[in-house]
Amino acid sequence: MTNSTLGKPKPPAPPNAGTLAILAPAVGWIIPGAGHIIQKRWIRGGLLLASIGTLFVLGLLMQGHIYKANGGDILDMLGFIGDLGAGAFYIVSLAMNWGLGAIALATADYGTKFMIVAGLLNFIAVADAYHIAIGKKQ
Amino acid sequence: MTVQLTHFSAALVFALFASIVFGITHRESVRDMVRYGLCCFVMFLGGVLVAGWAMWLVRR
Repeated sequence: MTNSTLGKPKPPAPPNAGTLAILAPAVGWIIPGAGHIIQKRWIRGGLLLASIGTLFVLGLLMQGHIYKANGGDILDMLGFIGDLGAGAFYIVSLAMNWGLGAIALATADYGTKFMIVAGLLNFIAVADAYHIAIGKKQ
Repeated sequence: MTVQLTHFSAALVFALFASIVFGITHRESVRDMVRYGLCCFVMFLGGVLVAGWAMWLVRR
């Protein structure tokens, strides 16, 4: 059986794939899109940073709630995991005590969801950066 | 500073940014990324409109 029957051949992994496979996801988690930027995917990285960053900042401006680490309600724990995905955005928000006040807007719940989704989208972006680093994706 | 979005504009913003990330991360070539991103955007907004009308019908 020839290789042509097995689908597309995988692109060769870059020479420093081992280092990038660790560095790209780590950097990409801290700063959304940075995992793509350090692999010279400038436009993709910029779009990811703009999209995830805007969603998170909009969530904060809509007075969304930021979840802290907790061992209580399962939805609170899932909210924390989602928020955590936003990396530096989440860490800075916690350090500045943003998103912890009393909610005064009816649409603030949308803000909470925006921030959770921003974190979850960043998890996808981190996985994508890893796939690029190991040569599984162009 | 606070921002207040309407229900529809919040859905629009969500659909836009989620579609961009989906397009970039789920496809290989630029052309496929754009097409998939647009498809996701339309599906998100279409879902919102369909769900909205469905709720309107249920309420009647």
